[in-house]
Amino acid sequence: MSIDVSQFHQVFFEESFEGLDAMEMGLLGMQEGSPDMEIVNTIFRAAHSIKGGAGTFGFAQVSEFTHGLETLLDQMRNGQRDVSSEAVNLLLQAVDVLREMLTAVQQSEDVDCWRVNEVSTQIEALLGSDSDLPAAEAPSEATASGWLIDFKPHPHLLQTGNDPIRLFNELRELGQLTVTLNSAGLPAFSDLDPEESYLSWQLALEGDVSLAQINEIFEWVEGDCDLTISPLASADTAEVIDEPVAVEDMPSPQAEIISEPAQAANTVKSTAAESKKAVKNDAALASIRVSTDKVDSLINLVGELVITQSMLSQLGENFDPSRLAQLIDGLEQLERNTRELQEGIMRIRMLPISFAFNRFPRLVHDLSGKMGKQVELQLSGEQTELDKTVMEKIGDPLVHLVRNSLDHGLETPEKRLAAGKPESGLLQLNAYHQGGNIVIEISDDGAGLNEDKILQKAIEKGLVPAGEQLSADKIHELIFMPGFSTADVVSDVSGRGVGMDVVRKNINSLGGSVEVVSERGVGSTFTIRLPLTLAIMDGQTIQVGDQKYIIPLISIIESVEIKPGTVKNVTGKGEVYTLRDEYVPLIRLREVFNLDVGSDTLDEGLLVVVEFEDRKVGLFVDELLAQQQVVIKSLETNYRKVTGIAGATILGDGTVALILDIAGLQAMYRDPALAKPLRTIQAA
Amino acid sequence: MANILAVDDSASMRQMVAFTLKGAGHVVTDAEDGKHALDIARGRAFDLVLTDVNMPVMDGLSLTRELRKLANYRFIPILVLTTEAGPEKKQEGRAAGATGWLVKPFNPEQLLATVKKVLG
Amino acid sequence: MTEMTLNNEILDMFDVMGSVEEGMQQFLTFELHSEHYGVEILRVQEIKGWDHVTPIPNTPPHVCGVLNLRGAIVPIVDLRLFFDMPFQPYTKTTVVVVLRVEDVTPRTVGIVVDAVSDAHNVHPDDIRETPDFGAVVSTAFISGITRIDDNMVMLLDVDTLLSSEQIG
Repeated sequence: MSIDVSQFHQVFFEESFEGLDAMEMGLLGMQEGSPDMEIVNTIFRAAHSIKGGAGTFGFAQVSEFTHGLETLLDQMRNGQRDVSSEAVNLLLQAVDVLREMLTAVQQSEDVDCWRVNEVSTQIEALLGSDSDLPAAEAPSEATASGWLIDFKPHPHLLQTGNDPIRLFNELRELGQLTVTLNSAGLPAFSDLDPEESYLSWQLALEGDVSLAQINEIFEWVEGDCDLTISPLASADTAEVIDEPVAVEDMPSPQAEIISEPAQAANTVKSTAAESKKAVKNDAALASIRVSTDKVDSLINLVGELVITQSMLSQLGENFDPSRLAQLIDGLEQLERNTRELQEGIMRIRMLPISFAFNRFPRLVHDLSGKMGKQVELQLSGEQTELDKTVMEKIGDPLVHLVRNSLDHGLETPEKRLAAGKPESGLLQLNAYHQGGNIVIEISDDGAGLNEDKILQKAIEKGLVPAGEQLSADKIHELIFMPGFSTADVVSDVSGRGVGMDVVRKNINSLGGSVEVVSERGVGSTFTIRLPLTLAIMDGQTIQVGDQKYIIPLISIIESVEIKPGTVKNVTGKGEVYTLRDEYVPLIRLREVFNLDVGSDTLDEGLLVVVEFEDRKVGLFVDELLAQQQVVIKSLETNYRKVTGIAGATILGDGTVALILDIAGLQAMYRDPALAKPLRTIQAA
Repeated sequence: MANILAVDDSASMRQMVAFTLKGAGHVVTDAEDGKHALDIARGRAFDLVLTDVNMPVMDGLSLTRELRKLANYRFIPILVLTTEAGPEKKQEGRAAGATGWLVKPFNPEQLLATVKKVLG
Repeated sequence: MTEMTLNNEILDMFDVMGSVEEGMQQFLTFELHSEHYGVEILRVQEIKGWDHVTPIPNTPPHVCGVLNLRGAIVPIVDLRLFFDMPFQPYTKTTVVVVLRVEDVTPRTVGIVVDAVSDAHNVHPDDIRETPDFGAVVSTAFISGITRIDDNMVMLLDVDTLLSSEQIG
């Protein structure tokens, strides 16, 4: 039977990449000098698994490379080697190399040998002369025409799961076996412990058998028995090996092992080539790993749905009005099933944010080294889940904010000491759920935003008129304005031509928001709020004229009936509504949307107060309709982005309703030009 | 046909071992660490246990020691799958009560041969 | 893309797929303000009657709005308004031709026309280049002209006509 091991390659790659991530995390968390043994063990295990798997699945180069790494880690684990920062850095490089090697193998591409050699040479140099070279060839095989074996198991031999009969059977396969039992050690029946072995045997094995073959059979019981093997006295044997070979002097089993990886590599090489194409395709598939619990719960939900469906179809076959109550029950059940199924399916797409956080320890380690800063990174709330798509899109903005904190926020050790702070700066990443949102905080205990510098820069750039007095909060907001960058020198750390405005824009496009709170000399905190998923949203349906729109429930503060006298006209600012002690700008949807329908008279309408990034506006609508969960569909798939519209959804009657984009509406309110209908472009 | 418990923290190894042994007609149950395996072993009877050594939570040698304490597993063959073939590692395995070992990397054929050897 | 399934009543009526001839191009022709136009039949996803559309605020008048086409949100363009022809109110007989537009990513766009005429096989030799005859419709949208049953038919270049920039 030949088994094609290439079918396990994909799993091997997945777990290896996870293992490498774990190694990286562990290495970054290692304290110089006094490492946490549990971490060292975890790192060792990951390397060990990769080596074992790579060998088994025929990636000899990978397994070879991992060997030195494993040896180094084993020495650390056993306390034979100090965990120096030099070793940690080398191990990190080795992790990178392994990742590259595995990616190359996975994509059936060539491995960058130069880099592999460079790092493995460094590892060998570190291991020094004591790097265990493969043992020399096994001692020449002693053969004889037969062997005499004295075998006396120790009493506990059976308790190792070994059985003398199995050994005898194996010997019998090598040649002619004669077994002589010695039962002298057998105690009186009353003293006999059935779990112990008391017998001993003398075995004569005739045939062309090497000593190594016999040793191999007894390998597992070595130490659990008294074993003497001597050549059978025979006239044919001219040269008699005079001394019995004691088990302790047996050839090292290593010899037999050394030949194995090479052999395995050869056999699998062809399989790897055959499966080249398949692996490549698999690698391109975006997959999601789902725990069986989640799948099982979905299967249960589908089961319930099927039951409801059959109940309803039965009811429909011979329906009469007397069974109306049953029908209503059934429909309610259907609604519940559908909702639960929907939630279950959404859960499948949810992943812990650790997937996004995982890259930061390495990033912080590398960047802080480059900038000569000392930074302690603290992650919390890594298990907070969010939608896979949101996760993918939030990666870059997060990296930008972290780089920003390292570059502009945290100070050099000298500056920190001078400011009476600990040498090492603290950078915290925290995530938690709040309502239907996930909140991610990036905070540092650095210098905080420099308001004077920001304001000066904003004036220079013409973003703010000279001499303008602004509150600290308003100044902080300036960093999110397009074309703003405070770095005196565009560094290679955060100055990549991408400003905070892009970060905010990207986050806004996910339906989220980002804010900053900062205090001079104390630090800054950036807070990102994101919807848990991009696919489904709780919405409030409203009506303006004959049009229905959906307002994201998350942005609604409250809905009020407009009482006479509560709306004032402020010169230059249009209408404002007095909400308690606040003036809320009023947006007439029929005006910004240029509808020729709907009510004009404020007294007949309702005001839905919505908020985005701390700015409130009141939307003047005709009517509030139902609240419902809506599936968000993009207008851009077949059309384009429309200002003030976040997307569309399909209502229960099959018609399309547009979802309002609060940020866009606020922009339209500030800049009415955005609300003008576009001119038809006609080619001349 | 035997009932085999295969323990390894690596999913690819578990799959390879299970696939190979099932192909030879054995019934295979797998576990991803020693603790998990011990929980399974307590409730069931197996003819053979194959375990990796380096695993999180509970390693293979601790698993072997724990299994040997259970009445059902005193004489059951326990094979250790290990990349370490040094004599002292083997001695450690024996001391823990392992029947024997299979050195990684091994191919499916080697695995089958060893299992056959133990099960007779 | 010859395997497109056109399980649509109107198209079934024309039975176009059964009459493919070697080297012939197939066009779906329709009327607009008493003029005849054609689009490549392989671009036609379906033909449907006028249905309620949801207007999109602040878009050009020829963008009627969006429609739910089996879960997809599809914009509908009134071709009369697009070509600056007089508006004709939508009735039950108004027809929407849903087309596939090759863009950076393929898009689906519906066009409102007065009436769908027929499907025709046209030999490439019978398609002439567009003379600059000063018609209402810019020649940039017309890939060629041909003559079918004594009518001049303007063959539309769907990708240029319904590009994002043009729809606006």
